[in-house]
Amino acid sequence: MEYILIIISAVFVNNIVLSQFLGICPFLGVSKQVGTSIGMSAAVAFVMALATLVTYLLQYYVLVPLGIEFMQTLTFILVIAALVQMVEIILKKVSPALYQALGIFLPLITTNCAVLGVAIMVVTKEFTFGGATHMLNLGQSVVYAVASAIGFGLAMVLFAGIREQLELSSVPKSFKGVPIALVSAGILAMAFMGFSGLV
Amino acid sequence: MSNNNKFKILTDGIIKNNPTFVLVLGMCPTLGTTTSAINGLGMGLATTFVLVLSNIFISLLAKYIPDKVRIPSYIVVIAAFVTVLQLIMQAYVPSLYATLGLFIPLIVVNCIVLGRAEAFASKNGAGASALDGLGSGLGFTLSLTVLGLLRELLGSGSAFGWKFISGDGILAFVLAPGAFIVLGYLMVIFRKLTVKTK
Repeated sequence: MEYILIIISAVFVNNIVLSQFLGICPFLGVSKQVGTSIGMSAAVAFVMALATLVTYLLQYYVLVPLGIEFMQTLTFILVIAALVQMVEIILKKVSPALYQALGIFLPLITTNCAVLGVAIMVVTKEFTFGGATHMLNLGQSVVYAVASAIGFGLAMVLFAGIREQLELSSVPKSFKGVPIALVSAGILAMAFMGFSGLV
Repeated sequence: MSNNNKFKILTDGIIKNNPTFVLVLGMCPTLGTTTSAINGLGMGLATTFVLVLSNIFISLLAKYIPDKVRIPSYIVVIAAFVTVLQLIMQAYVPSLYATLGLFIPLIVVNCIVLGRAEAFASKNGAGASALDGLGSGLGFTLSLTVLGLLRELLGSGSAFGWKFISGDGILAFVLAPGAFIVLGYLMVIFRKLTVKTK
């Protein structure tokens, strides 16, 4: 039951892009077409789940026992950078087709703050899903990461659809490009606010 | 380097290459932390601290870093200064550190910091890089403060914590949608103003 609540919360109520402001750069940068945004979201989902798993284990089995939690930022970003490189190399060998599809998006993910953000969030923040407030365990953390990535994908694809329409409409000159995209994102965020209070 | 040149490096980051309104970099902290003017100012200054120090160090180290591992090396330097910043903030401004929360460690992946390291610090001397970091940092701070001030004015009817209307403001401006919409409109105003002065 708690897993379902985690998924609903991460996808709709606390959508990572539209209510937590993480991963805005790819959200504004790559969301011009529905096709590319699906590719980007798939790559993010993959890396986010893997990175959260590894950083969770590192936090509780290396950093905490050694009493060096202040090294968290440095360790996590190194792990994510290495992981992205590794995924790229493995994917190239194992599944060239998938590599072709995700290839260009992978290097961009190192600096996607959603990945580092979720990795830090699951080990520092306390969550409330239905019952008592508590820290997430390993399984819940990974589910939270995957659900956040799905939320990221949902926001990306919805927004890409809106932007494809925006391309065709006549927009005042000063609003062209980023400003109109931001205002539309605001309206999308307002729509997502309708989910608040669901969990 | 002439004084004129120094001045140009400094002001480029504030107006011509303003990180928020012109380059559209570092959007996550821009939208996420500007619920009030004080928070925007705090986030801007924290980023400026990391920008100046990492720019100085990277410009000094650039000669010794092999080209292939350049980006990971820059990220390590930046992450080291972010860790220093986290420790300083925890010690001296714990309440601000708690409000900004997640966005302080996320300075590591702020595109502005890595962008200045790659585009300016790796090719220029330490002095110029420090000025460049300061200019971009101040441009970022200014944008965040203005955005924070506007959201605070509309959303809770106060400025820098000083409340001048009784009752509530328009709540949506403090929440997520307001961030996107106010930034969108600010960007339009900035474009209008800078095009006229050209």
